[in-house]
Amino acid sequence: MSKIRSNPSGVKLDRRTFLKGAALGLAGTALPLDKTDASFWEAFFQKHFREMNDDEKKKVIQRLEKEYEQKYKKAIHIGSEKPMPGVLFGYGLDLSRCIGCRRCVYACVKENNQSIDPQVHWITVLRFKKGEKWIDLEESEKYYNPQNVPEPGYFYMPVQCQQCENPPCVRACPTQATWKEPDGIIVIDYNWCIGCRYCMAACPYGARRFNWGEPKRPAEEINPNTHYLGNRPRYKGVVEKCTFCVQRTRNGRYPACVEICPVGARKFGNLLDPQSEIRYAIEHKRVFRLKEDLNTNPKFYYFFAYGR
Amino acid sequence: MVQAVAVKKFFIVFRETLRGSNKYYAWLAFLSFLILLGLSAYIDQLNRGLISTAMRDQVSWGMYISNFTFLVGVAAAAVYLIIPAYVYKFKPIKEVALFGELLAITAITMCILFIMVDMGQPFRVWHILPVMGAMNFPSSLLAWDVLVLNGYLTLNIIIVFYVLYRISHGKDYLPSIWPLIILSIPMAVSIHTVTAFLYNGLPARPFWNASIVAPRFIASAFCSGPALMLIIFQIIRKIWKLDIENRAIFKIAELVAYAMAINLFLLGAEVFKEFYSGTIHVYPIKYLYFGLHGHANLVPWIWAATVLNIIAFILLLLPKTRENFLTLNMGCAFLIIGVYIEKGMGLVIPGFVPDTLGEIYEYIPTMQEMVVTVGIWAAGALMYTLLLKATIPIYTGKVKF
Ligand code: SF4
Ligand code: SF4
Repeated sequence: MSKIRSNPSGVKLDRRTFLKGAALGLAGTALPLDKTDASFWEAFFQKHFREMNDDEKKKVIQRLEKEYEQKYKKAIHIGSEKPMPGVLFGYGLDLSRCIGCRRCVYACVKENNQSIDPQVHWITVLRFKKGEKWIDLEESEKYYNPQNVPEPGYFYMPVQCQQCENPPCVRACPTQATWKEPDGIIVIDYNWCIGCRYCMAACPYGARRFNWGEPKRPAEEINPNTHYLGNRPRYKGVVEKCTFCVQRTRNGRYPACVEICPVGARKFGNLLDPQSEIRYAIEHKRVFRLKEDLNTNPKFYYFFAYGR
Repeated sequence: MVQAVAVKKFFIVFRETLRGSNKYYAWLAFLSFLILLGLSAYIDQLNRGLISTAMRDQVSWGMYISNFTFLVGVAAAAVYLIIPAYVYKFKPIKEVALFGELLAITAITMCILFIMVDMGQPFRVWHILPVMGAMNFPSSLLAWDVLVLNGYLTLNIIIVFYVLYRISHGKDYLPSIWPLIILSIPMAVSIHTVTAFLYNGLPARPFWNASIVAPRFIASAFCSGPALMLIIFQIIRKIWKLDIENRAIFKIAELVAYAMAINLFLLGAEVFKEFYSGTIHVYPIKYLYFGLHGHANLVPWIWAATVLNIIAFILLLLPKTRENFLTLNMGCAFLIIGVYIEKGMGLVIPGFVPDTLGEIYEYIPTMQEMVVTVGIWAAGALMYTLLLKATIPIYTGKVKF
């Protein structure tokens, strides 16, 4: 079996570029000393999102909207919708339907304003050879690239943040920059995260992404409907991940990946509502969750034999 | 008035750090050059982001955190000297424990620098503080680490200052500082344990999620720190003509050998468990020692470390080679390099390879990362040099108040 496990974003830096960069750096472009305007200090002393009252939140959001407008030359709305009472979001994915087309990956990038360069994807689709050992994920292929999907002899498993009920990432974070909301979504305050990446070491599902460089996305491709804890544009040096499209789902819509899936492999709903689609699937299908031995209690269910 | 006297004393001590031979100035210039180089590389990293390193989502910690981990080990050196010195009143070691404490202060400072350069948002570092920020205590082990490292640093600074103060006034220091010295022993053990738990407490990473990690941390720390001390003692003895007894040096070397024996035994226990049971959790250690699917970057390094550690163990164990300075220093150097590899990249990288979704990304630090790393080491060397320059005249009684 030949496998391509190369690293798509490997970096090599020759000495000259490095020295040049270093010299430029020394010229003093790095330290924010030149940013003497008031908003720099306001941003610096911004409080933790959960410690702000509604008034303070409004002020901060106004400031951020202004900053984004300056940067992208277009109006960007930052929502702060609160969790709805009596709602606990859950997600279902039918492995027997998924064809590995990655439409969900790209719909997610579009909806959630991921960086194009460096490339950030919140969803990873893994390809497995049918009939091979697969549960340890070691035999999976992430960079499959065929002419047509599905390929005979293979099956696919998309992985994204599993919104663990018992999230190891939240436990790890030294600054409480990431936490579990009452509707079960694990969110990150991008203005509080210090970029230590301890949460990435703690996440068993490879769900978290770090902004290794300045995230770049053309202004015309920015989705202006955002949420503070969700898809607003991120910064260099902070962590991000799937939020079940908090900006949509708190307004009664489906996540983008659920809407786009051409084969209906993705289900979403309220786990506390006995009539919901997701509850029906969990109760009637054969269900498992990834790495259940770790006791993270994901709210992301994989099914097979959906529809029977 | 009191302040004026204090300031004057400070200047007396400070002046000592400015005096020296040409060799001394050359050494300072050399270190400053490396620091500037490291600083410029770091500023470049601040500009472009951590993309200038080879770290990626798959391997999200690299050389910086590896160095941090190794240096937490070095910071224990002090305690390893304190235990026999103060508890057993072993005179020759007691005299030199002070230099171990200075090393601990330097090592912890370097640890903090390595954490700072690894952060994506270093200006937000205050978010980690209690009260001011939102320290996630007691849930996050990183919050614990911040507490114990800073606690240990503070404690060592207090002890060193107090001891020097008493010596400079020609007074005995032991009786009153005794409780703090005793306290620093569990503190040193705790910085290791907590740093080990930082890795240990992550079920996502089977390579770290083994109970043997903390004991191995302590065992290897009790090797590398004192071994570094042994070399430093000889340098101090030569340059400052200090009277450090051979007996003390050999005794420490003997203790290092015992610690290495425990370290090697624990390594054996780990290797047996992983390879004999052969579950899917064997992949990281397989990657480390034999390579996985043709990826074998760490293999030559870890074997070099293993061989160096075993040779060092034998050299320090046999009285004949231990009490010969050539073989003793060889043993110490081998051991420092061995532990640096094993407790640095050899511990951190396999935790991420294969990653949690089974991908193999081979991490090789970039030039930029290495320059920053060298810069921090140079800063540590400079700090230790200046600390020695300032304190040895007090210690020898040359400077008196
Ligand atoms: S999948 Fe990872 S990032 Fe998502 S909640 Fe669980 S541990 Fe956290
Ligand atoms: S990278 Fe950010 S979210 Fe993750 S643990 Fe560190 S501070 Fe918390």
